[in-house]
Amino acid sequence: MTREAVLEVCGLWANYGATPILQGVDMAVGKGEIVGIIGRNGVGKTTTMRCLIGLLRTARGEIRFLGEDITRVAADGRARLGIGYIPQGRDVFPRMTVAENLTVGTLIGGPKGRKLSDLVYTYFPRLAERRDQMAGTMSGGEQQQLAIGRALIGNPALMLLDEPSEGVQPSIVQMICDALKSIRDELGTTIVFVEQNLDTILAIAERCYVMDKGRITASLGSGEVDAHRVREHLLI
Amino acid sequence: MFAELFSTFYQFADVFAFLILSAAGLAIVFGMMGVINMAHGEFIMCGAYVTVGLVHAGVPLPLAQACATIAAGLIGVVVEVLIVRKLYKRPLDTLLATWGLSLIVTQGLLILLGSSIPGIGTPEGSFTVGPYTFSTYRLVLFACAIGVLAAIYVIFMRTRFGVMARATMQNAAMAQALGVKVGGVYAASFGLGAALAGLCGALYAPTMTLIPTMGATFVVESFVTVVVGGANVLLGTAPAGVLLATVRMLLNANYGQIIGQIGMLVAVILIIRVLPEGISGLLVRRGR
Repeated sequence: MTREAVLEVCGLWANYGATPILQGVDMAVGKGEIVGIIGRNGVGKTTTMRCLIGLLRTARGEIRFLGEDITRVAADGRARLGIGYIPQGRDVFPRMTVAENLTVGTLIGGPKGRKLSDLVYTYFPRLAERRDQMAGTMSGGEQQQLAIGRALIGNPALMLLDEPSEGVQPSIVQMICDALKSIRDELGTTIVFVEQNLDTILAIAERCYVMDKGRITASLGSGEVDAHRVREHLLI
Repeated sequence: MFAELFSTFYQFADVFAFLILSAAGLAIVFGMMGVINMAHGEFIMCGAYVTVGLVHAGVPLPLAQACATIAAGLIGVVVEVLIVRKLYKRPLDTLLATWGLSLIVTQGLLILLGSSIPGIGTPEGSFTVGPYTFSTYRLVLFACAIGVLAAIYVIFMRTRFGVMARATMQNAAMAQALGVKVGGVYAASFGLGAALAGLCGALYAPTMTLIPTMGATFVVESFVTVVVGGANVLLGTAPAGVLLATVRMLLNANYGQIIGQIGMLVAVILIIRVLPEGISGLLVRRGR
């Protein structure tokens, strides 16, 4: 890889109880890349994300972030090192306002993070309008924007998104994809996202990993992410 | 007429202060962490004993009360780190562990300091309204209860710690994934709850006989207030205090203390029958 590596995952195993879900995941993501992970239901995509942020314990293998081994670092430590996490289902804090949700995100970046709130409102003007609304009363698309904004405000080097298009109407998905691209272009943020929606993958992923049965089974390089190839892999 | 109205308010204020001061700490620990702290009464007792000890040593009462509050809070942090932390998400085990702690502390204190220590007497000072005489210290207690509610509001709604704490309460895993040191938030919340319990003991120390089991005097009231209020300290505890104090004050005035106590407990049963999640459960559901 020519670019500086942001994320290197080597032989990652993880279990739910006694059941091994991840069985040796390997991947490497360079600075400023937008990388998609695709795969059918239940192949371990969300588990991979939870392992990367540290909410699920790694049974075996190694995770390196910006060259540093973070396999044994807890989730809050990983966040403070600069990993932003946008979970499946978004997990905004429902009984807190939009502004308060964003405040939680600023803990990562410290004083610098707080200055980024204007930037978040520029990317997602809807959030500025709804600043004082309870997050739980917003639509799926608005919550998704809030979850991304909440991670972005901490100025992470790497953002992990778990199914950003799930439960979001298509026009908003397009808007979120455009925002993610701008974030990468303007801030240099590396983006890794899990997705089942082919259109989202095609819209922003430059490279793509295909997952099956807890492993990466194929890797599509830049220029290879097209509808035909992706479909082919999903149908295997 | 004014004298009667004031007398009614005074009696309400007296019960309200007792309910809020004894329940605030328990409510925070339960609401924030889902932990039912059976040693709550012992933190109250700790506040009372430290206050009285310091006053006997020549420390002025208000300063002694402040020190007692801080001491109970620090002990709370230690208890969280040594005991409660090991039992997260095991509510029955925490209940048992804190109950065990409560027994050890009361019996230990009985051995160490005997069945009672000399009290310090209620601060003097009284005033008259019409034909009635009232104790100034009881109004100080009421002011303290209002102050505690205001402080809880400011801490949880207006500070960064409050934002972190509420985020942790709503979704601990997500809060942690955003960089919140969840363990620290829990230790601080437990410490805050213990400190408020200590404050309760410190404030009531001058009015009571000091015995190792004195916490039990407060425990029934604190538990029913928290149960009626529900898991949300801010939305639940204060309205529960108002409601129960009103019931009790009316019954006390007309039928005496015993009926007042019984009537309040009956009211609690009825409220829980109608609102199983307490008052804050109702308000939160409405707010959605």
